[in-house]
Amino acid sequence: MKISAKSATLLVLVVLILLSPVLFPSGYYYRVGALIFVNAIAVTGIVILTGYAGQISLGHAGFAGIGAYACALAPVHLGLHPSLALVLGAAISAVLAFLVGRPILRLKGYYLGVATLGFGILVSMVLNNERQLTGGPDGMEVPELGLRGLLEDAGLDLTNGQFWYFFCGIVLILAAWLALNLYNSPTGRALRALHGSEVAARTVGVDVARLKLQAFVISAVYASVSGSLLALQNKFITPDVAGFMHSIEMVTMAVLGGVGSVLGAIFGAAVLTLLPQVLTVFAEYEQLVLGLVMMLVMIFLPQGLLPSILRKVRGKDE
Amino acid sequence: MAELLQFLFSGVTVGAVYALVALGFTIIYNASDVVNFAQGEFVMLGGMLTFVCHAAGLPLPLAALIAIAATSAIGVAMNKLAIEPARGAPVVSLIIITIGASIFIRGAAQLLFGKQIHSFPAFSGDTPLRIGGATILPQSLWVIGGAVVVFVGLWLFFTRTLTGRAVLATSNNRLAAQLVGINTGFVMTLSFALSAGIGALAGVLATPITLTSYDVGLAFALKGFAAAMLGGMGNPKGALAGGFLLGLIEALTAGYLSSQYKDAAAFVVILLVLFFMPQGLFGRKSTERV
Repeated sequence: MKISAKSATLLVLVVLILLSPVLFPSGYYYRVGALIFVNAIAVTGIVILTGYAGQISLGHAGFAGIGAYACALAPVHLGLHPSLALVLGAAISAVLAFLVGRPILRLKGYYLGVATLGFGILVSMVLNNERQLTGGPDGMEVPELGLRGLLEDAGLDLTNGQFWYFFCGIVLILAAWLALNLYNSPTGRALRALHGSEVAARTVGVDVARLKLQAFVISAVYASVSGSLLALQNKFITPDVAGFMHSIEMVTMAVLGGVGSVLGAIFGAAVLTLLPQVLTVFAEYEQLVLGLVMMLVMIFLPQGLLPSILRKVRGKDE
Repeated sequence: MAELLQFLFSGVTVGAVYALVALGFTIIYNASDVVNFAQGEFVMLGGMLTFVCHAAGLPLPLAALIAIAATSAIGVAMNKLAIEPARGAPVVSLIIITIGASIFIRGAAQLLFGKQIHSFPAFSGDTPLRIGGATILPQSLWVIGGAVVVFVGLWLFFTRTLTGRAVLATSNNRLAAQLVGINTGFVMTLSFALSAGIGALAGVLATPITLTSYDVGLAFALKGFAAAMLGGMGNPKGALAGGFLLGLIEALTAGYLSSQYKDAAAFVVILLVLFFMPQGLFGRKSTERV
């Protein structure tokens, strides 16, 4: 039986998310798992922007910051339910990405890099400096989502770690499903065409500017949702979520795992989220090892970890 | 008036440091099309190694010389070990490699030198000079002078020497340069050595004013990158102008508007410039070959 790449990816994801807890020695691992899923959601957005459309962003953490602070601020100031705050954050991110994306997506390569970098820094600066609203660098508390309580009333009793593990897992599957559908849609094909050559895509009638903007807006929404989930899960948020290093982390996860495929990028998110957990024993070596891993993978496995591993495995089968 | 002059002085001082970092970006970019995000770490290494050597009892000029030479060697090692093996990789991969290198250097510096903030004495004392009602530190003049000397030196090197012209030829067309007998591998090595040395020099000159610690590199890298892009990537004149402009914008914003948002002003200006001039202030219009 031949199954499509899309079904295979989703199947692998569902099985991994459902079966991994069997191996968890303690409840702490649910928390690490949920963190992986949160990162993976943002990274899936990067796959759409960078892997499909070939555009670079060094400022996507800015959208994560907007999503995160929407969940912290909207319930307090607007009286919104935290789940609606997540939607509001995503909507603000989408509008902002639309407005910012129009001028800056005309830029190419490193120029696009510095423009997105500037955007991200502006967001993180506002979050750092508007103390009376955001609490500044000390961060602020985020209200409880409240869904776990509802599930408990319905008879489904989960620990906090378990709830966030499965909740973020479901959101991730949904995010991956949408990204995979996009890949095979006419829009996805057009995005990949402009990745190959913008001029060639334009000559066959692809509206390059509009499509780049679409990819940018979609990936911004992914980053925003990821930021919201991080804030709601931790019930606390600091401006670091919008910082330059977080933007770099997103891109690195995607490219390290294999930016061309959703599963590869999610694998990259898992590896880079787990790395610091493994290295806690050698905390002072963390940066050293992280830098080394980034260089080595890019030099020796330029396609990313997962595609290279898969090729090895397939090569042996034949 | 004195107030404005004071802001201009501090802007030009910071701008000179940015210009030096941006020149470092430019040299490597021209030779290899790589934007080296580890450029800021060279600045950190310059200041940090000078501090270490000076603290070990060496006279300051010798300490500075050792720091610059050691940083150049690190730059060359980075080219040989991380950049050359990845030749032809896409832009995103190269960005990640150089950011990986910068995180690696930062991690190593944290292990070797600790997390403390360090400094060493200014070259010509700490007595501020009074000019037109404003004051300027003698060290600021060293920084500004350093940037100008490096720029003129580079200009002479690239226009008047055979080796310099070989670098220019390589940046124009690598294959054609190879065909006329230019050793492009050597050009790459030279560019990284030069660029790391200039970064280290910026660190040596600026540390008595700005102080240094293992994690100052990132800020320098971002500002230097922004300055180089503002001027137009690959153009030394642009790097110099972009650096000084960025420093002045920051200082004036900090002085007249808000010190918290001084970095914001710089990036707003960059976004605006790129909006109207997608190749930066001095960048050439490029045509895409299909």
